[in-house]
Amino acid sequence: MATDTLAPPMAMPGVRIKSELMQQRVRAARWFLLPMLIALAVVAGWPLLRSIYFSFTDASLNNLYGAEWVGFNNYLRWTTLDSGKTVYRGLLVDPKWWGAVGNTLRFAAYSVTFEAIFGMIVALVLNAEFKGRGIVRAAILIPWAIPTIVSAKMWSWMLNDQFGILNDLGMRLGLLSQKVAWTANSDTAMTAVLIVDIWKTTPFMALLILAGLQMIPKDIYEAAEIDGVHPVKQFFRITLPLVRPALMVAIIFRLLDALRIFDLIYVLTPNSDSTKTMSVLARENLFDFDKFAYGSAMSTLLFLIIAILTILYIWLGKVRFDGGDR
Amino acid sequence: MVGTFNLWGATKTTLFYLLVIFIVVESVFPFYYAILTSFKTGTDLFRVSYWPDSFSWGNYAAVLNTGSFPRNLLNSVFISATTVLLALFLAITASFALSRVRFRGRGLLLMTILAVSMFPQIAVLAGLFEVIRSLGIYNTPWALIFSYTIFTLPFTVWVLTTFMRDLPLEIEEAAIVDGATPWVIITRVFMPLMWPALVTTGLLAFIGAWNEFLFALTFTSSNDTRTVPVAIALLSGGSSHEIPWGAIMAASVIVTVPLVVLVLIFQRKIVSGLTAGGVKG
Repeated sequence: MATDTLAPPMAMPGVRIKSELMQQRVRAARWFLLPMLIALAVVAGWPLLRSIYFSFTDASLNNLYGAEWVGFNNYLRWTTLDSGKTVYRGLLVDPKWWGAVGNTLRFAAYSVTFEAIFGMIVALVLNAEFKGRGIVRAAILIPWAIPTIVSAKMWSWMLNDQFGILNDLGMRLGLLSQKVAWTANSDTAMTAVLIVDIWKTTPFMALLILAGLQMIPKDIYEAAEIDGVHPVKQFFRITLPLVRPALMVAIIFRLLDALRIFDLIYVLTPNSDSTKTMSVLARENLFDFDKFAYGSAMSTLLFLIIAILTILYIWLGKVRFDGGDR
Repeated sequence: MVGTFNLWGATKTTLFYLLVIFIVVESVFPFYYAILTSFKTGTDLFRVSYWPDSFSWGNYAAVLNTGSFPRNLLNSVFISATTVLLALFLAITASFALSRVRFRGRGLLLMTILAVSMFPQIAVLAGLFEVIRSLGIYNTPWALIFSYTIFTLPFTVWVLTTFMRDLPLEIEEAAIVDGATPWVIITRVFMPLMWPALVTTGLLAFIGAWNEFLFALTFTSSNDTRTVPVAIALLSGGSSHEIPWGAIMAASVIVTVPLVVLVLIFQRKIVSGLTAGGVKG
């Protein structure tokens, strides 16, 4: 890299001659990117393609390589009976699958909504100046730091029907008339899952929103104060519009996370049809029921649903990820 | 008039501090209660108490001396540490290229990396299972180190790229004038400046790998190869109706305390790392 010209390291607009140096850097960049790209291709790209491929075959757990192509049979197939009646089978007419889709969407909608609201409240508290702010910030990091499996176990103990502290507390405070089997009862299982998820991930939301809040210049509020704008109006007219970009990104991160939820539900409410999500059902079919191809079809559909929702959200919400040029 | 005004101010302050206390208590209480439970044995377990009133190391002794939990701990440490080192190694050079060199398709590449990090893990599960089986690493730590790359690598690349982009141009210019190659620039100029970012990203990736459940559940099959989240999830007592809550809580506390300590020590760095991964984009 011997060069006697003082060429700028980054191409400046208006520099006409593409210097030797620049070319060298681009060449080096290619080599630097190669290991990462290979790693991502092997660990993400190829497995994704194979999963999609399996969904069009009759593969089973012990017969991955002898699998034969069956077209869309896993998704939808029909046979016409002698009586002239047509019977549809496959994933697209499977009530269990659509139940799981419903559970997932319901879970995602409720958890993200509550997390956004509570996250905003916590962020506003942390954005205020008061004694002990450091303690609050440290405290809210604790739920975030606890592994999901551990928090699922902790809460399933606290939500225990016989010996759980939440039933005890609810009875003492007169909020509950009798002990509730939170995780076992199909009416309350989703509530239990939502409580744990909201508890665990509100801190993440709060920290992302807080970062957005701290970028709002303080003098705007001073000006509003002088004009006598009511604090509630200040929030809706100043804070919310200005924090919106950060909020949108936080929501999309959480939404994508919520749509693929697996571990919390697998541990907290196993075998409950009222909380079974797409991920749980897909894994069950892949590895527990030996319906490898059918499970692959589920994971492929899950991938499609998440991709479509993401695109819709980014498009409708006009979220901008300014990841490109500096 | 002045009196009522002060009263209103005092009420507001009180309400605010009540909210603060509520946030702190509801954040900390479940973990506090897990610690409380982990020190209870026998029938004490089934008596609800809000304050520590019995104390025994029994559950900890049971978890650490019987079964494969110590082995699971070692597995988790080894797998998480190796995953992080691998991801950082691959990510440093890649993020240098993504942040400091202009080339066609850079924006698209960054979007792809972001997309991979948001990938539903279940979508690749079947294909990964096949790859891991054909590599002959099923039910070994390498299966998990291999598969964890899918979420640690995009994350580290993304955060390190946003960090490197903010480093001043001048230091690099000086190195180029001295005739340094890109490799020398990375190792001699950037690395010394980058270590805070490396510690933060490494720690976040470590936590991600430490907590991972779906791959660990799927790609290991024996007690000795499991990681701690799977071990805790599958911890069961003598019979199926007898869940060893004390032992589960003791194991949970053992797994969580190091994380909580690390997170509290590196608080500021972690918060900035999280927001760099999320908001700054």
